[in-house]
Amino acid sequence: MVKCEYLKDVYIVKISGDIDHYTSEIIKKEIYKNTNRYIKDMIMDLSDVDFMDSSGIGMVLGRYKEVKDKDGRLALVGVKGNMERIFNMSGLYKIVSKFDSIGQAFIEWGIYNE
Amino acid sequence: MNSMKIIFDAKPYNEAFARLAISGFLLYKDPSINDMEDIKTAVSEAVTNSIIHAYDNEGLIELSCEIDENKVKIIVEDFGKGIENIEIAREPMYTSKPDCERSGLGFTIMESFMDKIEVSSIVGKGTKIIMYKDLM
Ligand SMILES: Nc1ncnc2c1ncn2[C@@H]1O[C@H](COP(=O)(O)OP(=O)(O)O)[C@@H](O)[C@H]1O
Ligand SMILES: [Mg+2]
Repeated sequence: MVKCEYLKDVYIVKISGDIDHYTSEIIKKEIYKNTNRYIKDMIMDLSDVDFMDSSGIGMVLGRYKEVKDKDGRLALVGVKGNMERIFNMSGLYKIVSKFDSIGQAFIEWGIYNE
Repeated sequence: MNSMKIIFDAKPYNEAFARLAISGFLLYKDPSINDMEDIKTAVSEAVTNSIIHAYDNEGLIELSCEIDENKVKIIVEDFGKGIENIEIAREPMYTSKPDCERSGLGFTIMESFMDKIEVSSIVGKGTKIIMYKDLM
């Protein structure tokens, strides 16, 4: 399941449940279905994800490419367990940043949250 | 010794079913959360491969498991296209479907999350993945 909202101008995507090849397709559609605004900076909150396999790498990298094309940024928060091992193996952290919380991402990006 | 075998359609929504089936079967062994996560992830990778790479339309996947003491052996088999060059397919980051947002890390994950994996394949006949893990 996917919940999306804007905080300042950052698109926050909160994913829950499983991320596999089947759900990745659904998640991808949901991310764009929930807005007609221009998406530049995006934060994916993965703290409620129960399971992820290698399909998650493609799903994250795909969104990275899209925001990068608009000079936007992508960050991950709430990464844990096997998800962390899989992202490490993939070399994803060379291009996508990971933060402990959305607040920390805002500080690192120089955005003030209220 | 305890064993099971299930056969199901190679449909994307059955990836979750395969993960639930294997974890349900292993449950009485009271495995650690880590072992359970590793096995679910490896099974998800193998089953997903059969769904995406083995068949264009429909086909069947066989998932079986044998438990002997703390030794777990899992077999994922399909009867699809097969793999031409297994060595290349197993290389990290190799994917024949880069356009579908695939990362090419399925085999790498199976290898590192399980103790050992064996891959056998015949082009036009299908692919069989055998995975071993000793529960903690
Ligand atoms: N069951 C299978 N049937 C046919 N080809 C397969 C199968 N499993 C894997 N392959 C081949 O091996 C490659 C590597 O698999 P994998 O490491 O899981 O990466 P990915 O699934 O991301 O492509 C696949 O791209 C595919 O060409
Ligand atoms: Mg794969």
